[in-house]
Amino acid sequence: MEFSTFGFLLIALFTSTAGAEGIDHRGTRTERISGSAGDVLDDDPVGKLKVYVYELPSKYNKKVLRKDPRCLAHMFGAEIYMHQFLLTSAVRTLNPDEADWYYTPVYATCDLGPNGLPLPFKAPRMMRSAIQYISARWPYWNRTEGADHFFLVPHDFGACFHYQEERAIKRGILPLFQRSTLAQTFGQRNHVCLNDGSITIPPYAPPEKIMSHLIPPDTPRSIFVYFRGLFYDVDNDPEGGYYARGARASIWENFKNNPLFDISTDHPTTYYEDMQRGIFCLCPLGWAPWSPRLVEAVIFGCIPVIIADDIVLPFADAIPWEEIGVFVAEKDVPYLDTILTSIPADVILRKQRLLANPSMKRAMLFPQPAQSGDAFHQILNGLARKLPHDKRIYLKPGEKVLNWTAGAVGDLKPW
Amino acid sequence: MKQLTALQQQGRRSNSFRSNSSPLDATVDGAIKSPATIFWLFLHGLCCLISLVLGFRFSRLVFFLLFSASPSPSTTTIYSALRTTLPTVSSPPERNVSVDSGGSRVVVGRHGILIRPWPHPDPAEVMKAHRIIERVQAEQRSQYGVKNPRTVIAITPTYVRTFQTLHLTGVMHSLMNVRYDLVWIVVEAGGTTNETASLIAKSGLKTIHIGVDAKIPLLWEDRHKVESRMRLHALRIVREKKLDGIVMFADDSNMHSLELFDEIQNVKWIGAVSVGILAHSGGSEEGDLLMQESDADEKDEKKSKLPVQGPACNASGNLAGWHTFDTQPFVERSAIYIGDRAVVLPRKLEWAGFVLNSRLVWEDVEGKPVWVKDLVEIGKDGEDIESPLSLLKDTSVVEPLGSCGRKILLWWLRVEARADSKFPASWIIDPPLDITIPAKRTPWPDTPPELPAYVEEVTTIPENTEKRPTKSGSKRKRSSRSKRKHNAKVLDIRASTKHAGDN
Repeated sequence: MEFSTFGFLLIALFTSTAGAEGIDHRGTRTERISGSAGDVLDDDPVGKLKVYVYELPSKYNKKVLRKDPRCLAHMFGAEIYMHQFLLTSAVRTLNPDEADWYYTPVYATCDLGPNGLPLPFKAPRMMRSAIQYISARWPYWNRTEGADHFFLVPHDFGACFHYQEERAIKRGILPLFQRSTLAQTFGQRNHVCLNDGSITIPPYAPPEKIMSHLIPPDTPRSIFVYFRGLFYDVDNDPEGGYYARGARASIWENFKNNPLFDISTDHPTTYYEDMQRGIFCLCPLGWAPWSPRLVEAVIFGCIPVIIADDIVLPFADAIPWEEIGVFVAEKDVPYLDTILTSIPADVILRKQRLLANPSMKRAMLFPQPAQSGDAFHQILNGLARKLPHDKRIYLKPGEKVLNWTAGAVGDLKPW
Repeated sequence: MKQLTALQQQGRRSNSFRSNSSPLDATVDGAIKSPATIFWLFLHGLCCLISLVLGFRFSRLVFFLLFSASPSPSTTTIYSALRTTLPTVSSPPERNVSVDSGGSRVVVGRHGILIRPWPHPDPAEVMKAHRIIERVQAEQRSQYGVKNPRTVIAITPTYVRTFQTLHLTGVMHSLMNVRYDLVWIVVEAGGTTNETASLIAKSGLKTIHIGVDAKIPLLWEDRHKVESRMRLHALRIVREKKLDGIVMFADDSNMHSLELFDEIQNVKWIGAVSVGILAHSGGSEEGDLLMQESDADEKDEKKSKLPVQGPACNASGNLAGWHTFDTQPFVERSAIYIGDRAVVLPRKLEWAGFVLNSRLVWEDVEGKPVWVKDLVEIGKDGEDIESPLSLLKDTSVVEPLGSCGRKILLWWLRVEARADSKFPASWIIDPPLDITIPAKRTPWPDTPPELPAYVEEVTTIPENTEKRPTKSGSKRKRSSRSKRKHNAKVLDIRASTKHAGDN
């Protein structure tokens, strides 16, 4: 689907009015991203929906953040920044009766341990308590039992609130969320922790840090395949085979001697610069299938090689990931070099053109202050696409669908 | 089974959080001390003891043997390896399928690590990958690089001497790597010779080989003047032939970086780049100078000790002046004649640091700026043209290149052998030497002990190489053994007499 110069001029018009900062697109050949729903990345949600933000006591959000400001920088920061964005956004309405969607700001992932990783054990109770609060004070939850409410749950397995997959599966999504829309980073087809109708969002990556590491675009791309990260998680899975379903270990064992593959467990300070010198960047699954590597690869123009079976990528209904990235089944990992070298050069150049499209890069980031076309707006676009609500979500008075006592016994304790 | 594995698995966070999780786990799993639990605990303990005795974790093998019902895919071509010392087996996932609904293919649990039989790169694929990389880089260049690249016209003055091949090959290889169209004008003092012609023919570049009727004099001062005249002669050729492009001066002993050729594409009329001056020649006297400089370096690292010639900019990025070479520190020790072991100094501003649009030297061309003099007016009286700035009436129009002179794109160096040094023509010894004199000491280290042990210091007695007076001179100075000196002298004399006969 290649458009002629007219399409390019249109894109140039859009991008120039949108005012992309830092990304140089003078004379760059880019391609329009035509998703399954049309060119939806540039849609403007303002005017298409109204969002009401519940005023929760600060113990659910501000106090948690004040206790641990590290939450602002880690990859789960989307829940905090989304709240801040909605408070000042044009889609916000102060009149809850005219709202289409209701947002409950709970920073459930902000309970960090000393190593900076979130402990999700209290999150279900926190959410329950918040829902009890809003259902008691406002009538809108009971009206639909949450069908027109949305929550942001950016943790490893979304609203299953556990970092170990088996535990998460056993818990399942919090029963109270059954009818709500969840915006989460985790996405895997046919998985308990992904509801139909959920919106997959990218993990949070700090935009200023990324933009400060840009190198001139005429630096020749000389690294064929690039990856930095763990292959074996020696603390938790020393024998391998459990972490990443053995895929990362397989990458290491097969390609550690291959000069085309620049892979190691280093933490170089030039990580972002090196990605900009790479043609392919591996994005294999870890303990969970998603990672900020995808965001980084898209920003730096390195074609993402996604190795995670059945993964659902961010904004999958708006972004044609099949045309942008390379998907490799986990069982095909030993033949990764054959697969990558047999991709025709025109296809590779086309993928790079799609990646160079500034609207693609904008859609992956959560900048402060928000800009049009960024991830915040894509979430709103996703919510807008689900409108108008089906009349059947409105329950008759007295009708109850949710089982408030379902779920693990420990989650029923008040928070 | 599930209980056992649940007990076996370690939490992803460190164990200090067990306390946090265990009350929850206890409530979630609902573990009560039942006979089943006790039995599994006992079995687990037994397995641990057995593993201790055996020395490896045998549970995987047991499970494979017991539960090898599920077939593992394509074990013929791929085999899974486990990181233990067990023979390579493919182990099916130990745990059950995680998802009840939907029948997902993705299972949670321990998987084998798939390794193919020969996990090494295939040369054909490596070549394919390199072609992909080249294609991507060509695309990058066409997008972000220079649009409408112009021909580069390189002017090199040269003459036949010992080090000509060395220097000219260096320049030749740099020019061969330039990605733009190139015309190489080689101006030779003393008329064109076959030697130079055969050398530059190896480059495969478009060359114009012209001769000038002068002989390079012995003194450096005079040599600089003659070279300037040769360059002017080349510019006249550019004017006659109406060569279109960017003129740059590639002296044959300079070193050019390829970024230079990318940068000079940005010149409009006349530009200047920064030249690093490598004003050290070999010789032990220089060693002291270097030592002092390096001490000073440690104290003041910001200052670069490399002298640089080039444009100087003011804060707004416009040309404000020139950095020139300061001859003060070298004034006693500068070289006078070619082959002198002292430092060879450049002039105030070297030709190599300037690039011109070739249209500046053309006759009547419209659009020629008013501040340039006509080429025929310059040098016709034989006066010394020190740098292309003499072409300009107003030197402020020079464009500083290389981010305003901050990038050093080429290095200037003059190293020459003695003017009377001899070398085989075209560096080919033909016919081969037929007299071989047995060496007093052999260069091979592991020989019978009748020869002295300190063989590392032995100079490979110059039988097949020509005499290099400067080099052997310094060696003579350094070697402390009078005997060896005497022998070296003896053999040198012999070699030189032989060479005199051959030449």
